[in-house]
Amino acid sequence: MAKDEEDLTALRQRKTCLISENKQTLHTPLPEAQSNRLENEDDKQASNGTSCWTERSITPPGAQPPNTILVLLVLGLSFATRFYKLAEPPHICWDETHFGKMGSYYINRTFFFDVHPPLGKILIGLAGYMTGYDGTFPFVKPGDKYGHHNYWGMRGFCAALGSSLPVFAYFIVLELSHSNSAALIAAALLIFDTGSITISQYILLDPILMFFIMGAVLSMVKFNQQKSRPFGASWWLWLLLTGVNLSGAIGVKFVGLFVILLVGLNTAGDLWALLGDLQLSLVDVAKHLLARVTGLILLPLLLYVTVFAVHFAVLNKSGPGDGFFSSAFQSRLIGNNLHNASMPKYLAYGSTITVKNLRIAGGYLHSHWHLYPEGVGAKQQQVTAYLHKDYNNLWLVHKPDDGQDHPKTPELVRHGDIVRLEHKETTRNLHSHLQEAPMTRKHSQVTGYGINGSGDSNDLWRLEVCGGRRGDPVKVLRSKVRFLHVATGCVLYSSGKTLPKWGWEQVEVTCSPYLKETPNSQWNIEDHINPKLPNISLSVLKPHFLEILLESHIVMIRGNSGLKPKDSEINSRPWHWPINYQGLRFSGVNETEYRVYLLGNPVTWWLNLACLGLYAVMVAVASIALQRDVHLGQKRREHCWVLMRGGGQLVLGWLLHYAPFYTMGRILYYHHYFPAMLFSSMLTGLTLDTLLHSADLFLSPPRADWLLRLGQMALLFSVLYSFYIFHPLSYGMRGPLAHEPGSAMAGLKWMDSWEF
Amino acid sequence: MSKEPTSSILLQAGTMLGLSSLKFPPVVKTEINLVLVLVTVLGFWTRLRNLSYPRAVVFDEVYYGQFVSLYMKRVFFVDESGPPLGHMILAFGAYLGGFDGNFPWNRIGAEYPSSMSVWGLRLLPAVCGALCVPLAYLLQLELGSSHYAALGASLLILMENSLIVQSRFMLLESVLIFFQLLSFFSYWRFYNASNSCSRYLWLIVAASSCAGAVGVKYVGVFTYLLLLGIASVHTWQLIGQRAVSHLRVFVECGCRAVCLVVLPVLLYVFCFYVHLTVLRHSGPHDQLMSSAFQASLEGGLSRITRGQPLEVAYGSQVTLRSSASQTIPCWLHSHKANYPIRYEDGRGSSHQQQVTCYPFKDVNNWWIIKDPGRQELVVNTPPRPVRHGDVIQLLHGMTSRFLNSHDVAAPMSPHAQEVSGYIDFNVSMVMQNLWRVDISNREAESEVWKTIVSDVRLVHVNTSAALKLSGGTLPEWGFGQLEVVADRVSRAHHSSLVWNVEEHRYGTSHEQKEREVELHSPTHIDVHPNISFLSKFIELQRKMLTVKQEESEHKYSSCPLEWISMTTNIVYWLHHSTNAQIHLIGNLVSWGMANLSLAAYQLLALWYLLRRRRAIRDIPEASWCQFQRVGVVCVGGWLVNFLPFFLMENTLFLYHYLPAYTFLLQLLPAVLEHAHTHLLSGKSQHRAGCVSAFAGLYSVYLCYKSFSPLTYGSPEMSANQLQALRWQPSWDILYRRP
Repeated sequence: MAKDEEDLTALRQRKTCLISENKQTLHTPLPEAQSNRLENEDDKQASNGTSCWTERSITPPGAQPPNTILVLLVLGLSFATRFYKLAEPPHICWDETHFGKMGSYYINRTFFFDVHPPLGKILIGLAGYMTGYDGTFPFVKPGDKYGHHNYWGMRGFCAALGSSLPVFAYFIVLELSHSNSAALIAAALLIFDTGSITISQYILLDPILMFFIMGAVLSMVKFNQQKSRPFGASWWLWLLLTGVNLSGAIGVKFVGLFVILLVGLNTAGDLWALLGDLQLSLVDVAKHLLARVTGLILLPLLLYVTVFAVHFAVLNKSGPGDGFFSSAFQSRLIGNNLHNASMPKYLAYGSTITVKNLRIAGGYLHSHWHLYPEGVGAKQQQVTAYLHKDYNNLWLVHKPDDGQDHPKTPELVRHGDIVRLEHKETTRNLHSHLQEAPMTRKHSQVTGYGINGSGDSNDLWRLEVCGGRRGDPVKVLRSKVRFLHVATGCVLYSSGKTLPKWGWEQVEVTCSPYLKETPNSQWNIEDHINPKLPNISLSVLKPHFLEILLESHIVMIRGNSGLKPKDSEINSRPWHWPINYQGLRFSGVNETEYRVYLLGNPVTWWLNLACLGLYAVMVAVASIALQRDVHLGQKRREHCWVLMRGGGQLVLGWLLHYAPFYTMGRILYYHHYFPAMLFSSMLTGLTLDTLLHSADLFLSPPRADWLLRLGQMALLFSVLYSFYIFHPLSYGMRGPLAHEPGSAMAGLKWMDSWEF
Repeated sequence: MSKEPTSSILLQAGTMLGLSSLKFPPVVKTEINLVLVLVTVLGFWTRLRNLSYPRAVVFDEVYYGQFVSLYMKRVFFVDESGPPLGHMILAFGAYLGGFDGNFPWNRIGAEYPSSMSVWGLRLLPAVCGALCVPLAYLLQLELGSSHYAALGASLLILMENSLIVQSRFMLLESVLIFFQLLSFFSYWRFYNASNSCSRYLWLIVAASSCAGAVGVKYVGVFTYLLLLGIASVHTWQLIGQRAVSHLRVFVECGCRAVCLVVLPVLLYVFCFYVHLTVLRHSGPHDQLMSSAFQASLEGGLSRITRGQPLEVAYGSQVTLRSSASQTIPCWLHSHKANYPIRYEDGRGSSHQQQVTCYPFKDVNNWWIIKDPGRQELVVNTPPRPVRHGDVIQLLHGMTSRFLNSHDVAAPMSPHAQEVSGYIDFNVSMVMQNLWRVDISNREAESEVWKTIVSDVRLVHVNTSAALKLSGGTLPEWGFGQLEVVADRVSRAHHSSLVWNVEEHRYGTSHEQKEREVELHSPTHIDVHPNISFLSKFIELQRKMLTVKQEESEHKYSSCPLEWISMTTNIVYWLHHSTNAQIHLIGNLVSWGMANLSLAAYQLLALWYLLRRRRAIRDIPEASWCQFQRVGVVCVGGWLVNFLPFFLMENTLFLYHYLPAYTFLLQLLPAVLEHAHTHLLSGKSQHRAGCVSAFAGLYSVYLCYKSFSPLTYGSPEMSANQLQALRWQPSWDILYRRP
């Protein structure tokens, strides 16, 4: 590997010399390939009127190999900062209560539901398992003491992944800017950022996610560097590594999608450049395309699906996540009452059934011996949706004119049939009429009416199978059915709103006049008891893997968008993040407690913010200079390319990881900014380094050099010093709060919104 | 159709002017494109014909109508659905028609009284809709297409039933589309014009119509951004022209920036200025706004607060309004009822007097500000003002209880402290009723607490918790009023912590009985708070963007994907006794052809791009440029007006698609022309192309004709005829059973 690297550098340098020679002596005869390419480019420029800078492959002569000592220094410091006081505090901090718990679920093989894909939690569970954690700690709420339970393994795993981020940043910036000092600035910003330290030290998904994101970017950048030797071993290696990291990123959180976009855009640009290279035959281009499809689409897809396969294979016991999933899904889980159950396959008249709403966490159609109170529609018996299993969820299916006698072999209920549903316990019929529903005023009320089968025409419902045709039988568990009220034409609907005290805080059931097919108006038959019909084992109905995969994704996505901020809750807004407006309490509130506060090192973060602006100015100046064809020296030209190409990729990464949050309706937190912050820090390194190296624009050489050194020193010092004064944020504070006298953080509460 | 489309005649007009110094005779030469005149006339005929029919409220007229009425009465309102320019245009039409604002606008289908000028109400949108037809022609020409293609584009717009329906009523889409087309047309006119200064006039027109588009509906902003994008690419090319001098480039860039960025912003703000100047009376939406804003309107709060003392002093009687960012306002309130000893969940309370936030004006909202060091409850002469940082007590006017907080969990938010009116039960629960005044928008450290303008946090001295509206609602024992707590979180500036004095007077009564009488009497003394236009604008704009529309289901709402295939329609109006009805249904033929042209364009573009990349030029450079232009405007315009709807959470309707669709419709003739020039070879193929184009146009006409009863609402059709028009099974067409 090291040998390889060396070879490559040599090659790169050779090529560089060639190009720079060409530039200087353009009138000398060029090798045919080169001249062809140049012509092609000039031609294109003329025709499109815009410069296609992305296509020029220029490797500046100043490219520096990674400095081993620096790499070791970065590695050592980042591990030291992340592992220092790792076991403190010895209680659950913040979201550890979720992710630690989910790690335990994997060890116990209990099924649960989470809005994120499973890879991160599988890894946490695995790390815990390997380090001897037995999965017995309940992770009830933040602040609970771990006691004898072995929690440091899981924290250590996350910290190890978090420690690799500065190293990755170092390599990425080095590749993009070819400057060791830029790489070092970027790495230093991350090493000494209190926020990055804090978020790496606990059992959270973020360090794992960021590890994969940075891994993907690094492999992508390295892969781009292999351009000159396509289909070589290291070319393949970096390509496949990119794919693996992409699947890792999306496997931890859906935010990984953004890095996939980044890599995708980069790859598209790359392929576009290859297509424009007339040296390559179309077959070669097709090969390139296929290789990327394999490495960046098929491989990640395969790995991602594998992760889910592992997830479903490991979690085979019924647990707290059951209720989020459909009846068919639940039949897979050991311990669930649908597991290995057997019941008649098709719904028939005379059967006793339970009816479950298809909304996520939709309840069972339910009624009980209580009437709607005065003033809420007609004073008849309540009908609600109830989340728990109960004998009040049982209903009998009757024909409209039905007496109590049934033929020997029961008749099947078919699509389009008119049925009457009788509540088994109270013998009332499911009934609706033109009265306002209790919560959703535009819908009609649904009640229980009549007794022992007597009732009126408002008790009749037409049963329709979604996507079915007239005469289709109704499959237990699998068919989605709708109940259309015959007299008024409305559809049985569960609004999801909770009824007040009088309704025992169960969920409202209404009859909706809007006939759109939504899960709210779709139901399925879950339990089905009919002694006259032969039972079949439900294992026939077990969904196969792809169906489970699809269902779990739908449930996750809906769950994600369902995380709406409550009105009273103070919601973090995306614009808060880059200005470090407000952090997150990880542990402790008041004076006596051990407090950890997730907040970025303000010096670093504000520097990052300033550098975003600075970068915009610098890149504008650079590109206008190039566009106006201002005479620039070789070195200056290279700076421009570094800014526009390397910086461009980083800015794109930052934008992709930040801008989409503005469109999200779900609840947002400060820590969502950390992936974007990584890109922003790398950009800062690149921008400041270029700026400092451009000092000779205004100053004569020796002074410019002094300014460069001075600037670097000042930067390093301010980062170190700010880390020194803010380090208690990560490593724990005790004693009075910052605004009170005698606090260790006295005078450091620079913004009123910080809470330490 | 076979006549020469460019048949323009030269008119010579010689006019005698009595001045001998001028060239004699003065000659004015005018070229009139008769085709353009013809389509314009047809446009007006299709849009304005029988405009007052039906004489009833049609669909969203019921929504816009109420704002028009409010404009006529000059009553202030907040409409979160869009900026005011659109409403003002509608109101202007109504004003011209002599509408006095007296119509209830309560339901769709309600008959207009015969005295009302329905024509006036609907005229301006219809004119805008009619002008879209020639604009499409002109835009197509500027994009480099031939007169044939331009004619095709304008005819497609002309015979588009959905655009006709949307133009003929008091609705805003046609105005929006007009501004969008105008902005693109004038921008390309600017771009294509030779280097003269007068072309900047076109740029100014483009910028103004962009401002118009944004001012009518927020979605117009995406069109504006697209135009800005195109303009910046062009400017970038200009920068790249090395023959042009630096100075000239600099000046040109500056001019474009001023025209395209500064001017639209100014115009947008100006339309708010007009809005706020016109609407000067208080009205139904007052309560959404801050007290200062309300006080600037005539009537309403200003009548109450006019002449209140500005500086809050010890002994002042005040009502404290919460600044929490919710739609219902509320005031700090207390009443003769105690917290229940035990809550439903088993927690205990202090059983002291309840303190809540009450959304109605009430005598129990009055509090008296007391100096902890003194006993008296009246204002001294001269008054001693309360300043930032002062410690005060707050005494409830009617019950004489002190505002108190202590380490007892609040009823609905147990993590926060309870706030109560202190009652001494002799249970060693000490009185903790000192509050520090923290003015968060102060300019100086010792700023005086001012009525209405000061945002105040009341910080409890003993626990440093701040008085806060928790957002929870109390159950029955609290009469469903809003919960008030003291929360220790010292989050910097959150609106639920902020209170301001709304009503205020200097207390004069020494006795409780007198004071009660005083509290019941209305406030009286005089001062006038001023608020600048800019702060009013910012507040109103922010309110309009943050007020959430209530998520509501609608029978005819649809999702964006349904729009492409037009599987949905909207019933706009149904005659109360016959089958005459008006629907928003597009011309299905042109709808389908437009979609096809989109697919064809994308395939072609992909093909050309890939081939050009391999240095294979299929078409001449000029055609390629024109092909790109058409794509940027038509496909780009379609995308920016369509994609944003996928991210929107409010209720969507088919008419939201019309701006996007107008752009898409323009693509069809351009693609056909491109195919005709470059893809078809040989005479027979050309002839076949022409014939199919005519056939297409004819079928568009037939479709327009068959749906025109549903477009114009007349003539009435029989049930069978209506059923025959149900070309898509998902369409909702109503008919009465015979």
